[in-house]
Amino acid sequence: MKLELRFFASLREGLGLSGESIAAPLEVKTIADLRNYLIQRGNPWAEVLASGKVIRCALNQEMVSDSTLLVEGAEVAFFPPVTGG
Amino acid sequence: MQKDFIRIQEADFDLTTEIKTLRKDDPRVGAVVTFVGTVRDMNDGSQVRGMTLEHYPGMTEKSLEEIILQARSRWDLYKTLVIHRVGPLLPEDQIVLVAVTSAHRGEAFAACEFIMDYLKTAAPFWKKEETPTGSKWVDARVTDDAAMARWS
Repeated sequence: MKLELRFFASLREGLGLSGESIAAPLEVKTIADLRNYLIQRGNPWAEVLASGKVIRCALNQEMVSDSTLLVEGAEVAFFPPVTGG
Repeated sequence: MQKDFIRIQEADFDLTTEIKTLRKDDPRVGAVVTFVGTVRDMNDGSQVRGMTLEHYPGMTEKSLEEIILQARSRWDLYKTLVIHRVGPLLPEDQIVLVAVTSAHRGEAFAACEFIMDYLKTAAPFWKKEETPTGSKWVDARVTDDAAMARWS
């Protein structure tokens, strides 16, 4: 499945990357699957996306939960809890 | 006629000018409530020399539109305006403006606070502060989540 990844704030800095196009393997079906898949790539992914960290996710620019299903060609963003205002 | 205005900008804003524009040619208005957020020089016990605000272009605008839509479903509002600054800011600078017009104050007060509470927890902005010991990303506050939960 083709996905457009986006990273913001501390995640962007930790990864040294603001975005990336990937082709995820078939078994990656949900947001949680995708996060685990990225973690398995090793560092810096493993450290920045570590399962203990509170990370929010948006699918096509809408906030979603870990169990949300991915869709072909989607823009998937990972970021820390928001701190605007 | 456009009723909701959302602006993400580096530039500062002038409250008087913005209110004047929002009220212009709208004699139905009996109440204007505004909130202005500004940069403090202290946060979590450490001195703040300045900050940089980052956001998620596209999603930011969509999430603010959604928040305003929810406010409109709860209260009778005439016009709404949200301005949020991004980029480098200094203590005392203005960060955010929420303005709401309606016939009566009750709805305008409630809607303004609602929009601000939701913005704090749902709009994709992030602050990075410069302190005497270096720069650090601001942690989200539990009190902000509690403020939003009051509305559900």
